[in-house]
Amino acid sequence: MSRDQFAFVRKHMLPEAPPPATQTGAIKWLRENLFSSPGNALLTIVSAYVVFQIVISATPWFLNGVWDSPSLSACREILDGKTGACFAVLSERWNQLLFGFKYPSELYWRPGLAFLLLFIAAAPVLFGKIFPRKMLIFTGLYPFVAYWLIWGGSLMVPIFALLGVLVGAFVYRRMVTVNAGIAVIVAFVAALVFWILSGYVTAPMENVLAIEAVASRDMGGFMINLMLGVVCVSLSLPLGILLALGRQSSMPIIKWICVVFIEFIRGVPLITLLFVANVVLAYFLPPGTNFDLILRVIIMITMFSSAYIAEVIRGGLAALPRGQYEAADSLGLDYAQAMQLIILPQALKISIPGIVNVAVGLFKDTTLVSVISMFDIVGMIRGPILASSEWNGVYWELFGFACVLFFITCYGISQYSQWLERQLRTDHR
Amino acid sequence: MKKTVFLGALTVAGLAAGASAAATLDDVKARGKLNCGVTTGLVGFAAPDANGVWEGFDVAVCRAVAAAVLGDGNAVEFVPTTGKTRFTALASGEIDMLARNTTWTFSRDTDLKFDFVGVNYYDGQGFLVPKSLGVSSAKELDGATVCIQTGTTTELNLADFFRANNISYEPVPIETNAEGQQQYLAGACDTYTTDASGLASTRAAFENPTDHVILPEIISKEPLGPLVRHGDNDWGDIVRWTFYALVAAEEMGITSANIGELSAAPGANPEINRILGTEGELGAMIGLDNEWAKRAISVGGNYGEIFEKNIGEKTPIGLARGLNAQWTQGGIMYAPPFR
Repeated sequence: MSRDQFAFVRKHMLPEAPPPATQTGAIKWLRENLFSSPGNALLTIVSAYVVFQIVISATPWFLNGVWDSPSLSACREILDGKTGACFAVLSERWNQLLFGFKYPSELYWRPGLAFLLLFIAAAPVLFGKIFPRKMLIFTGLYPFVAYWLIWGGSLMVPIFALLGVLVGAFVYRRMVTVNAGIAVIVAFVAALVFWILSGYVTAPMENVLAIEAVASRDMGGFMINLMLGVVCVSLSLPLGILLALGRQSSMPIIKWICVVFIEFIRGVPLITLLFVANVVLAYFLPPGTNFDLILRVIIMITMFSSAYIAEVIRGGLAALPRGQYEAADSLGLDYAQAMQLIILPQALKISIPGIVNVAVGLFKDTTLVSVISMFDIVGMIRGPILASSEWNGVYWELFGFACVLFFITCYGISQYSQWLERQLRTDHR
Repeated sequence: MKKTVFLGALTVAGLAAGASAAATLDDVKARGKLNCGVTTGLVGFAAPDANGVWEGFDVAVCRAVAAAVLGDGNAVEFVPTTGKTRFTALASGEIDMLARNTTWTFSRDTDLKFDFVGVNYYDGQGFLVPKSLGVSSAKELDGATVCIQTGTTTELNLADFFRANNISYEPVPIETNAEGQQQYLAGACDTYTTDASGLASTRAAFENPTDHVILPEIISKEPLGPLVRHGDNDWGDIVRWTFYALVAAEEMGITSANIGELSAAPGANPEINRILGTEGELGAMIGLDNEWAKRAISVGGNYGEIFEKNIGEKTPIGLARGLNAQWTQGGIMYAPPFR
């Protein structure tokens, strides 16, 4: 057969053609994810319609929003019948939402500064690999600095509180060679004695290096939620670890104390504990004793969340194979070393999602303090702002704002924990 | 054994609390501030303004007592309380008096061991209806749907009222006032019922308040008043008579405008003279000086002025005096004689 019998012979390789339109790019994605079957296509169309309706009806509410007006009725006059939000309540009561209504306005910079310093203090703890370890010194000082900035008063009070901690640490160092458990107790007693004695020293020095003092009663707004959240989470984590270890301890008294504490606290609603802190304690304490309300609330919330964190960590401990404990023993490590070097790093890594879950829940639970007449952000909204004759009737804007603040914080915590989990992943999955 | 020691300590602490509460006047004077319990916020009755200064109808009572005792209407530490914490705050001594739209009832007065010193607002349950419904009396509400907060005394009062008038209704249960407001505006019910002062402030928040009216029938008694602890009658007397001084001042025509003139020298009316201390020794009888009532009235004016400024008809809340007018004006505000 000769060549010219064929009508056409391709002499060149065809260039690579792009894949068909249905198999690439957005169309492929749409086909695979949104319209893969008639049922899914229907669902997609219905959901798109719902989303569209929501956006259409909410957009004018946002776009027509009034940001500058002295009262709700003035807002309505400006809107003149149109749909629109009255965001003016946020701009007029901005400071009250953040700091409460009694914190002196010329001192707002102090809690603001404490808030900024919080990031510097938290950075080396949260991102240990990125920031130098020396920054941990500032982290250690931060609680005292923040206390002084927010509450004010004499600088001597936080200094002596810090000295008390140092005394405790010193005693612990000295005693730890004898027995770790006894060292902790003795160090705690030493710090306590130092604090009680220093009370007599600081009392006459009220005006030494003093900045204007602000009473706990005068604090409010989102500041309280942040304060309670940060303090209680950072206190309840170490407490929770101790409780979890105590619950697994072979010493019966320690074990039973921990079990009873955890089971009791977990069996009681947080709101009950808050009422105890606010109401019942007032009966027991002699009148005139100034046992700070915020301190009482911090103790109650910390107890509550440490019981939960203890159970989360116990889950992590239980998930470790028995071989890990035996390996630690076979290396000749004592209990403290075994826990510190082998058991806890693994158990805590497993527990991260659970701990973050408790932390996020705890942070949102701080709004419960509004029922014991503390003016956190929800208390401010429900009480003074909605009860003023100017802003009575503004619900969506205020509660929406509170939601945004909480969402930002909680989403940040959750993103951090996921990053941390990726960082600590050592297995090969 | 340990338990008994602990309980013993508690008892001692409790006794100490009781003992030191006996001389509230001395405590207040030593402290230089009156601890006054108020609500966490109720339109017109008590709320801090944009600058954090407490204002309102109940707040005015606190300020008057502070002025009478300490000479300064601003020497008050306002302690916000919720419906749940108010009684314990007073019983435990955290506050010296409570002025928090609290209804005077038998059990609160006796079982909870408080003394209501008077009634500063006679409230009662009322009905809010849209004008378009064309109803002018609650008795015309036959067959209406009624928004009602569940589990409250208002629910029982409503049932009693409709049964007594032999008409029917259909309840729409709601949980909170905010929900009631929304349901009513959405047309889920023909009428919304709760305390009349609450209805007024709810209506004040509407976009078109004039489209709605509060019907004239009041179907329950809710006397709201300031209260103190049992056991310190001297302190109770001070709060009671400071409040009555405000009421009597309105009856006698003493206002914040003319009080300076009236108290400068004894006038023709002997009771005015006794109240303002230009005659007699009334102040000494309650352990204060003779100008106590003058100071109390000067802070916010007499009862009528306080009413008009905070909740009266010219404010957005727009409450009429009604029962709260002086007895000479057809109301039941009636101060016992100052002599």
